[in-house]
Amino acid sequence: MSKLRPKHQRLVLVLLVVAALIAAALLAMWGLADRAAYFRTPADIVAGKAGEGEAIRLGGMVEQGSLKELGGTSVRFTVTDGAAKVPVTYRGILPDLFREGSGMVAEGRMERGTFVADMILAKHDERYMPPQIGNQSAEHQAGKTLSL
Amino acid sequence: MIAEAGLIALWLAAALALLQLLLSLMPGLRGGGMVTARSLALAQGLLALIAFTALIALFVRTDTSVALVAANSHSAKPMLYKFAGTWGNHEGSMLLWVTVLALSGAAVALFERRIGTRMLVASLGAQAALGLGFYAFLLIASNPFARLDPAPVEGNGLNPLLQDPGLAFHPPTLYIGYVGLSVAFSLAVGALLSREVGPALARAMRPWVLGSWVFLTLGITAGSYWAYYELGWGGWWFWDPVENASLMPWLAATALLHSINVLAARGGLRSWTMMLAVVAFSMSMLGTFLVRSGILTSVHSFAVDPQRGTFILALLGLYVGGALALFALRAGTIRDGAGFQPVSREGALVLNNLLLSVILGTVLVGTLYPLLAEGLTGEKLSVGPPYFDAVAGPVALLLALALMVGPLLRWRHHAAPLGPWVAPSALVSLTVLVISLLVARDMSILSRLGLAVGAGLVPASLMPLIGRSLRRTPLATWGMAIAHLGVAVSLIGMASDSAFARETLAIAKPGDRLTVGPWRVEFRSINPVAGPNWTAIEAELRATRGGGVEVLRPQARTFTNPPTDTNESAIATAWNGQLYTVLGKARGDGWQLRLWWKPFVTLIWFGGVLMGLGGLLALGGRLWRGRRRREEEE
Repeated sequence: MSKLRPKHQRLVLVLLVVAALIAAALLAMWGLADRAAYFRTPADIVAGKAGEGEAIRLGGMVEQGSLKELGGTSVRFTVTDGAAKVPVTYRGILPDLFREGSGMVAEGRMERGTFVADMILAKHDERYMPPQIGNQSAEHQAGKTLSL
Repeated sequence: MIAEAGLIALWLAAALALLQLLLSLMPGLRGGGMVTARSLALAQGLLALIAFTALIALFVRTDTSVALVAANSHSAKPMLYKFAGTWGNHEGSMLLWVTVLALSGAAVALFERRIGTRMLVASLGAQAALGLGFYAFLLIASNPFARLDPAPVEGNGLNPLLQDPGLAFHPPTLYIGYVGLSVAFSLAVGALLSREVGPALARAMRPWVLGSWVFLTLGITAGSYWAYYELGWGGWWFWDPVENASLMPWLAATALLHSINVLAARGGLRSWTMMLAVVAFSMSMLGTFLVRSGILTSVHSFAVDPQRGTFILALLGLYVGGALALFALRAGTIRDGAGFQPVSREGALVLNNLLLSVILGTVLVGTLYPLLAEGLTGEKLSVGPPYFDAVAGPVALLLALALMVGPLLRWRHHAAPLGPWVAPSALVSLTVLVISLLVARDMSILSRLGLAVGAGLVPASLMPLIGRSLRRTPLATWGMAIAHLGVAVSLIGMASDSAFARETLAIAKPGDRLTVGPWRVEFRSINPVAGPNWTAIEAELRATRGGGVEVLRPQARTFTNPPTDTNESAIATAWNGQLYTVLGKARGDGWQLRLWWKPFVTLIWFGGVLMGLGGLLALGGRLWRGRRRREEEE
């Protein structure tokens, strides 16, 4: 590049930037192709929208009276959106505000008709409603922002 | 009275911002105008500070006749949280944002002597234009001083998760970092307007970028540690949209920090640096939009507030669009800098910038993709750690690898052989790689390489100091070496935590014994305890390893206002890691206990602190040198 005049060097740099942006776009597309987890409701799952073993997020309300303790730290409960129900199993400590009758979002996958949760997302306070559920449920509350 | 005074101060500050903007638009401004511009910026900063102080006073007194205080505070709260609770809510944190913005403008007006009148007035005008939009946002869409009639007897209280000393430190630090970047933005706009893009601008901009970067680094580090011990999930980074919102400005500021050196030292990368200055603050505003609109599902965000979201989005479009349009108009007038060879300091810094841009791009796409997908296809989805780890991780490793060589190169053209300088660190990396292959076979590729590169980077980061007289080495060079050492230390911590952490999850009764990693943990007893505004059950755990004994007391707390349960983890820190314990709910005749042994996890944050320290040293060095240079000129 020593014989390049500044103008040409500038052109090379601009091309490098364009190449980097294209690389970033390709990288992002490759990553998103199989790493984006779709948000599903129990109705979606009953309609067959979630493939076996595909990483998804399940959102809905925890059905009253459905929480059962299995052996060790495992629990089993039912998530409903009013239209359909899906059984969920989870091994671990439930978030502080996990309660029957309130909303939750879980990450995991469907395995033989049961949603196996890797993580249950915490809700931070009483007014919290995962926006994804908020849009769908009649109990939508226009709570105020309480974030940092 | 205090609330009204605060509101009046805010209106006056907005009016002064408008005046300042108009002043900068007047052609042919000379000495007198300059004095006016400086005093306007100072007065505006002072007024914003008065408004913010008024809000703090209202929170400290728990004046429930103010709607914001009633909604977010409670008289039984400890004083620290009454004070820090001022910015633990939407309106208060936006007022803090605007106050920092106005104070930054005031600081430019007060201290900036390196740039010419036209550029200074134009830059202050740009800063005022930024301020004006956010004043309007506060006054129209989120008035922090609105009264409530009739006043409730008691307030609703602060979200217990926020009732932590972290609240006093983390948001203000991060905000100073975010908003400090506004000065880089305004200076870039001012320089483009006055057609004075050059090394003088870079030297004026550099301390601001360095300072903001230090605050961002420390703020992110503090936030990461806070989330780690407060959420009780044992994780230190979740790739949550709000975390990404703070990471993106940091990535852009890091790139800017490096490219600005090329502009200051060699006059090169002019357009690119201007572009980065615009992008960096745009990322700050984008972060504010994402957090404040609550548009993305996040552990930080709560229900959506469309009006506020739209307002910030409009401001974002106006400022970013305006700056980019100006850039497009003036890019042709920016002169070329000095040329350089591919193997040179400039070449290495270009590589740094390209890789950081790729990381920034992929994080940006991953963060916004759920919004895009929902808008285009109606599908709701989330993008989480699997994406970010797979996409940003390898590029970050590549960057760390380049960092082993880059700082050793000379400006313009590096001709001397590099072998002797690179060999020691390469040897360390290879040794660690081989040992890890022999000892730990089931490590993931990313953490194995992270460990190897991190270990090699320790000697590599100190290499630029070798062969110099250490007393005569400029502070900026010391700062660079220490900040790069921080990268190495953090990297080792991250790799070690992801590869070697051990977890035990059990239902246990007092008297039970558990093991996690090298620790034997005895569950001694469970007791009720009470705090100022909470009650809790507390487990007493006795952990032993070799001869060492630690007693840990994790709690499950119940707060009274608002009624909420939280877990308070208990952490024992040893020289080589942390034992992390969480007490869960009662189950059957026992209690849920979650134990982690996290080898060298502390290095993650220690590295962050080192980076911040390096930045501070460099900042001190630059300011001191700049001052001496000016004294000599006079």
